[in-house]
Amino acid sequence: MPEFLLAAAGFVLAMVALGLVRILRGPEDGDRMMAAQLLGTGGIAALLLAAGGGLPAAADVALTLALLAAFASMAFAKSGVSPEAYDEPKPGEKE
Amino acid sequence: MRLALDIFTIVAVSSGAFFFLAGTVGLLRFPDTLTRLHALTKADNLGLGLIMLGLLPHVAWPFVALKLVAVWVLALVASASASQLIARKVRGRRGS
Amino acid sequence: MSSELVFCIGLALLILAVAGFTIGVKEDFAAVVGFVVYGLLLSLAWMSLSSPDVALTEAAVGGGVTGALLLGACARLRTREKPAEGHRPGWINRGAALVLCAGISAGLAGVVLLLPDPAPTLAPPAREHLLATGLGNAVTAVLMAYRALDTLLEKVVLLLALVAVWSLAPDRFWGGRPAFGYRPEPGGPLIFLTRVLVPVGVVAGIYLFWVGADAPGGAFAGGAILAAMAILGFISGLSVVPAVNGFRLRFVLVAGVTVFIVAGLAGFAWASGFLAYPVGFAKPIILLIELAMIFSIGATLALLVAGPPGRSLKP
Repeated sequence: MPEFLLAAAGFVLAMVALGLVRILRGPEDGDRMMAAQLLGTGGIAALLLAAGGGLPAAADVALTLALLAAFASMAFAKSGVSPEAYDEPKPGEKE
Repeated sequence: MRLALDIFTIVAVSSGAFFFLAGTVGLLRFPDTLTRLHALTKADNLGLGLIMLGLLPHVAWPFVALKLVAVWVLALVASASASQLIARKVRGRRGS
Repeated sequence: MSSELVFCIGLALLILAVAGFTIGVKEDFAAVVGFVVYGLLLSLAWMSLSSPDVALTEAAVGGGVTGALLLGACARLRTREKPAEGHRPGWINRGAALVLCAGISAGLAGVVLLLPDPAPTLAPPAREHLLATGLGNAVTAVLMAYRALDTLLEKVVLLLALVAVWSLAPDRFWGGRPAFGYRPEPGGPLIFLTRVLVPVGVVAGIYLFWVGADAPGGAFAGGAILAAMAILGFISGLSVVPAVNGFRLRFVLVAGVTVFIVAGLAGFAWASGFLAYPVGFAKPIILLIELAMIFSIGATLALLVAGPPGRSLKP
């Protein structure tokens, strides 16, 4: 059973690697933004399989990875716009 | 009982890995950014869910198992919204 | 060859390939994506070395906060500077760089591979004294009890870095609000995702701090997650970056270091010296210091990403 889980982890990691080759090569920015999603799912799967239920902290690391992959996707999606595009003052505040 | 749980784990993890394979094949073969995004989001999340299901008999019950399920739900919600966001950004650039 | 070794070798090769891509690619956005991917993969590598604490911090800081920092830098560069027209360094420079880098890598590899077989380690004495501190996690004990002075100085350095970033503002904007934010799109997926993720993230960050006393976690990983959630609020437009001369903001920023120093000075009164803890009370004091630190670290990292003040704040 541990051997099987580790082999599955290696397989998922190989899938992530193949996906990364395609994504990082993609000529547009839109292709590369998917990298965070790919790692968010594939990375968590590889992590949990490699831990195989042995390391109890693996669930915490998986939670952190899920949160941060989502955060990275959002940061990527909003990255093309310059941060100073927000120029509307808050209600009540005079600029 | 042990044997039944082991068979369940093997079946679930194998089908999860199969969906990961399907998602990666989609990533490599689909012609367009948006279709690739679709393949990645749908297939990989389903694969993650099946793998999680397969690992449930091996972790401490109940807390760690519930935490794993919660992580999967979080990953689902986050992936669905993030893929919408990326798709809007991609289409916006081409003038939707 | 065991499957564990194959997995580790495969992961190492993947990390090296991603690192090579990050350095070699010509577009800045692609390089930042490569850097974030590299950080998340490194987190996997730390887990395969059975170091969950380092994996948590690497994912939160390397994958999250530093990635956002670099993206902000890219966006600012795109609008303000023309592409630099430099000349490529000559063959001599590049050859010297190659020789130096190869030499350092070979030296590091030699040091690691040529260690004596039971490698010298301080882990057993660190674990022996855990009982005296009342903690269950050796990493937290090292950070907050055995080497607490180092941790205190690191937090001071973080604050100094923030002050340095603020000092980049033009004079007329000093004390104002950092120009980091976007117009919120009502009903958009970003707003929905922020509303779902931020509560979960805040709970996860505080949970990681609390559990860090006995299991992998700790104040720095928790603080980095809180910073990522704050940055999410800024990006989605649901919250506005506070002005840097606000009293509450500055209070939160210095609270961590202040509590740390006060606890250290109190060590003269109730124990043997600076940052010494009284027997039996070590754990509550450590948890109190970490509680103040987690909010300070979160605020400091979030403001580091937000950047220098860019808008005047008229009274």
